[in-house]
Amino acid sequence: MFSKIKLILKSVREYKVPALLTPLFMIGEASMECALPFVMSKFIDEIEKVNASVGFSTLWPYIIILVIMAMVSLACGIMGGRTAAIASTGLAKNLRADLYKKLQSFSFENIDKFSNSSLVTRMTTDVTNTQQSFQMCIRIVIRAPLMLFFSVVMAFASGGSMAWIFLGIIPIVVFGLLLIIKLAMPIFRRVFKKYDALNESVQENISGIRVVKSFVREKYEQKKFNAASNALVTDFVKAEKVLAFNNPIMNFAIHLSNILVCALGAHLIFTTASTHTEIIGEVETTVIDWGALSIGQLSSLLTYGVQILMSLMMISMIIVMLTMSLESIRRIAEVLEEEPTIKNPDNPLMEVKDGSVSFKNVDFKYKATAEKNTLENINVDIKSGQFIGIIGSTGAGKTSLVNLISRLYDITDGELLVGGQDVRKYDLDVLRNNVAVVLQKNVLFSGTIEENLRWGDLNASQDEIVKAAKIAQADEFINSFPDGYETHIEQGGTNVSGGQKQRLCIARAILKKPKILILDDSTSAVDTKTDKLIRIGLKNEIPNTTKIVIAQRISSIEDADQIIVLNDGKIDEIGTHESLLKSNKIYQEVYYTQNRTGGDN
Amino acid sequence: MAKYNTPKAKKGTLMRLIKMLFKEYKGRIIISMFCIVVMAIGNFASSVFVKNITDTIEFAIRNGQNPWTLSQEGYLPLSTLLILMGGFYVASLLGSFFWNYIMAITTQQFMNSIRIQMFDHMETLPIKYFDTHAHGDIMSIYTNDTDTIRQLVSQSLPSLFQTSFTVMALLIIMLSYSVWLTLIVLLGSVMMFLNTKFIGGKSAKFFVKQQRALGIVEGSIEESINGLKVIKVFCHEEKSIEDFEKLNDHLCDVATTGNINGNIVGPIMGNIGNFLYVLVAIVGSILIIYSDNVQNLTITGFSPIGYGVVVSFLMMARMFTNNINNFAQQVTFIVMGLAGASRVFELLDEQSEVDDGYVTLVHIKYHDDGTFEETDERTRFYAWKHPHKDGTLEYVKLQGDIVLDHVDFGYVPEKLVLHDVSIYARPGQKIAFVGATGAGKTTITNLINRFYDIADGKIRYDGININKIKKDDLRRSLGIVLQDTNLFTGTVMENIRYGRLDATDEEVYEAAKIANAYDFIMRLPEGFNTMLSGDGANLSQGQRQLLSIARAAVADTPVMILDEATSSIDTRTELLVQKGTDKLMEGRTVLVIAHRLSTVQNSNAIMVLEHGRIIERGDHEDLIKQKGKYYQLYTGMFELE
Repeated sequence: MFSKIKLILKSVREYKVPALLTPLFMIGEASMECALPFVMSKFIDEIEKVNASVGFSTLWPYIIILVIMAMVSLACGIMGGRTAAIASTGLAKNLRADLYKKLQSFSFENIDKFSNSSLVTRMTTDVTNTQQSFQMCIRIVIRAPLMLFFSVVMAFASGGSMAWIFLGIIPIVVFGLLLIIKLAMPIFRRVFKKYDALNESVQENISGIRVVKSFVREKYEQKKFNAASNALVTDFVKAEKVLAFNNPIMNFAIHLSNILVCALGAHLIFTTASTHTEIIGEVETTVIDWGALSIGQLSSLLTYGVQILMSLMMISMIIVMLTMSLESIRRIAEVLEEEPTIKNPDNPLMEVKDGSVSFKNVDFKYKATAEKNTLENINVDIKSGQFIGIIGSTGAGKTSLVNLISRLYDITDGELLVGGQDVRKYDLDVLRNNVAVVLQKNVLFSGTIEENLRWGDLNASQDEIVKAAKIAQADEFINSFPDGYETHIEQGGTNVSGGQKQRLCIARAILKKPKILILDDSTSAVDTKTDKLIRIGLKNEIPNTTKIVIAQRISSIEDADQIIVLNDGKIDEIGTHESLLKSNKIYQEVYYTQNRTGGDN
Repeated sequence: MAKYNTPKAKKGTLMRLIKMLFKEYKGRIIISMFCIVVMAIGNFASSVFVKNITDTIEFAIRNGQNPWTLSQEGYLPLSTLLILMGGFYVASLLGSFFWNYIMAITTQQFMNSIRIQMFDHMETLPIKYFDTHAHGDIMSIYTNDTDTIRQLVSQSLPSLFQTSFTVMALLIIMLSYSVWLTLIVLLGSVMMFLNTKFIGGKSAKFFVKQQRALGIVEGSIEESINGLKVIKVFCHEEKSIEDFEKLNDHLCDVATTGNINGNIVGPIMGNIGNFLYVLVAIVGSILIIYSDNVQNLTITGFSPIGYGVVVSFLMMARMFTNNINNFAQQVTFIVMGLAGASRVFELLDEQSEVDDGYVTLVHIKYHDDGTFEETDERTRFYAWKHPHKDGTLEYVKLQGDIVLDHVDFGYVPEKLVLHDVSIYARPGQKIAFVGATGAGKTTITNLINRFYDIADGKIRYDGININKIKKDDLRRSLGIVLQDTNLFTGTVMENIRYGRLDATDEEVYEAAKIANAYDFIMRLPEGFNTMLSGDGANLSQGQRQLLSIARAAVADTPVMILDEATSSIDTRTELLVQKGTDKLMEGRTVLVIAHRLSTVQNSNAIMVLEHGRIIERGDHEDLIKQKGKYYQLYTGMFELE
């Protein structure tokens, strides 16, 4: 856990100065806060002596000192508040940026490991929690023990041996607080997990409300929720019952020490003080010679007693807060510590010679622990510039196969060559810029159409963009929008249709001018005519690019140079449309179901 | 999660919250309030006793007496004082313990009750509510908003009560000491209030801004995480980081300003207290020094001021400012808590789905002579139980005859999305809807199960106007498979059984086989007992659809609606699924929506929808012959989406 906190603290970086200044200011504020009551009690003693004849003169020094002290305390407080805010929000900013950068360095395998919603929570809620506890730490962690220390010192300075009372009581309080924390924390940690699960079920009910209502499961869901929520409250109450002892223990300690101080103090005063008479002015007055302890000292002892226990209380609060935010810290550290599974090799190749791809006895599985290979013994030879079709049923491994080519995942066994070289020897950016993939689950980003297309090539000229859009058969519909290429795409691309989105994604990939272009079921929502036009465009405009196309429709791939039929992770057969139609059972089946139920002829 | 609404409390929220608390926990709250008063008095009295104790000691020493046994008018012996003080301490201790204890438990139970009320109510809300509210927003009512209420109820309200009580009490005592000095303290309090209002207000403003900036950052993170694979494929990492840092910097800026202002309220308040202390001491001294010229006014008349009065007054002034400071610290929580409460109430005030239906669905059992009677056991036969106004009871056999008769509908009254739609689905028929996104296909299914109510026209189910049918029973008779699968956390078995809770394991296996899901389920690490989490994220989209078909299959309903139910399943598997469901739905009515024409080809009738109107209808052959839109779609001259 300590290493995790250390890891998080690394992100303080440029905010080290305010982070370190804060405790200094806090020392200033705390020392003023401790000294103020001391000076004030002297001041009050002084007031006792004022009368018409002496006037104000004796009070001035005190007033000036007190005002100065308050000013110093105010200045330190404000400065400390500023630096603490700057440092903690700065840390939060750096943490978010670090997490974001880390995320960008993740391989697909890393991404699969975390759920999307948990990544969002880590970058928002968890970072905010960490920010708050960090702020609390630099403001109070230093201040509270300091206050404790000062108060004890002052108590000894003003009360002498009487201060031992506090030192006797502190351990009792510490023990009580630790006991409470020890008892309550495990319950809380357990409860928070349950609470998260409960909220998750609310989330499911909100997004799945149509299912709930269609199956008339409202009552069932209510019952389930009530039971879970009631179980939760029992645990919460258990924890709260323990925590409810917190305040009373503190108060008990304060009260006990007060009574002890008063009783022992009175005894001490009684046994050591004496009186003599003095003539002050013309009046005979009894003057007390304080012995071991004066009344003024007794009062300030009481004040310091309260301060000592207050600072203990603050320390206990911090411990509780910190333990609660440890979970957030752990979750952030988990992402920061995650090692990208795919990294650039040393001395990488910076050029992909051509668009040839060669699989040699390739095996692949997503998890090392998985029993079954997702792909097994794949042998394919693709020449540069060829058009390759891949077909197979849901779960046959089509997407897995093409994902290996641009090293989105690494092969488990065998050899995979792109441009005649092992894929793992290339610089990742070089490889991926040469192997353009249009993913099955494709995404447009909020921004204009042009901005989205420019993802392919930031420096593309207007002509190049239009040309790519034309090949992808997107130019026409883009121009039909009032704002043309400046049309704004909403988050998730919700304002263009599925077919339009797919064509924009293809255009975006074409703009990269890749040596290999992979279309993973990328024209499923496009009509057959447009689909054909896209294929013709690809063939004529980028003839030297290797095109690898995964399709559900036979019509999309029937004029391919080679068609790979995948079944259950293995290559069933490789051939042309004609040869497969003659010999391959799976291919025949697909062809006939589609022809019976509608192809394009 | 989506952006948050700007938090702002409605009027009357505080009262409503307090009323709600009182209604459920009246006794406990009164006890808590009593305990708080006891605690406050105990704390206060004990600090007065400290003064008495020092007085007694000083007096005793001055007069050479034993302070423990001092007997003198106006002074109590130390022993009595300590016992009394101890008594007050014990009282305050008990008060403090009990209110903490009671309020902690009450808060948790109150939160539980609010949570359950919200959830129970939410389940009764019409689909429209969910369609018109961002899901992240609804979610944040359960998380963020209830959290702020917890803070409000367990800490802020009790502290508000304690503070007002103490402040009132102190004010009265202070006035009885000296009106002049009290005025100075009040002047200081005004300054403290102004400080709270300006700096605290500024901080609150920036916290709202921070919330908004956080929403934007969250949106950007969400988009980036959802598109992370695309980002990687395009080597767009650098650019994406650059864009994010701009938003991140802005968030940091507003958060810093908000936090700075929040942080400095405390020190300023505390030191106003310190200055005030000095000021009171000075004025007190002036009153002592010039007691001949300046009269000290109290609420009971003029009385001279002495050293003792000034010292006590100083102590009370300190308590007074401390209390105001406490109050200021709570202000943020109170504002946030009330904003949260007001959003909770908004949810609770949403109008529930209204159901005036009185026709119910019952199981029937056939006799040999073809007549039937109602039965409690589960048969595969149903009838509508229709009580007429004249008191007679009619049973109508459920056949799955669905008629839409000149139906108009709009999600908002001004904008119709369906115009004059008429559909006749005879028992046992398979009816398909084809059309572009937004043509109104899904809307029709929303109307049949009454997620929304039609604007004009009629919908009849076996000849009964569906408005007369109880919504639950209507929906129970329709099996719906949606494109968005929405599985729930739980095992595969539990997810399929969701369709019919009393289905046996065998029936679940059978349904899985019908949906062609059995094989892949058996290949999962723990078969039917595999846990699904996060909407079944560990399954492919196609596999999820198969599970949701199995879920509908186990429900075994007389009518089935498939809304893009096989869109992510390859054509070969789809064919197998179709065979299964066709067998299941033999003699039953099926409504199918699909953009893949192969899915709908073998339907009895196909409706082609465009802009909310049916433009063509007929079976596949008819439509091909018509050479209209369907023909163009079929031959690939048009694309649908």
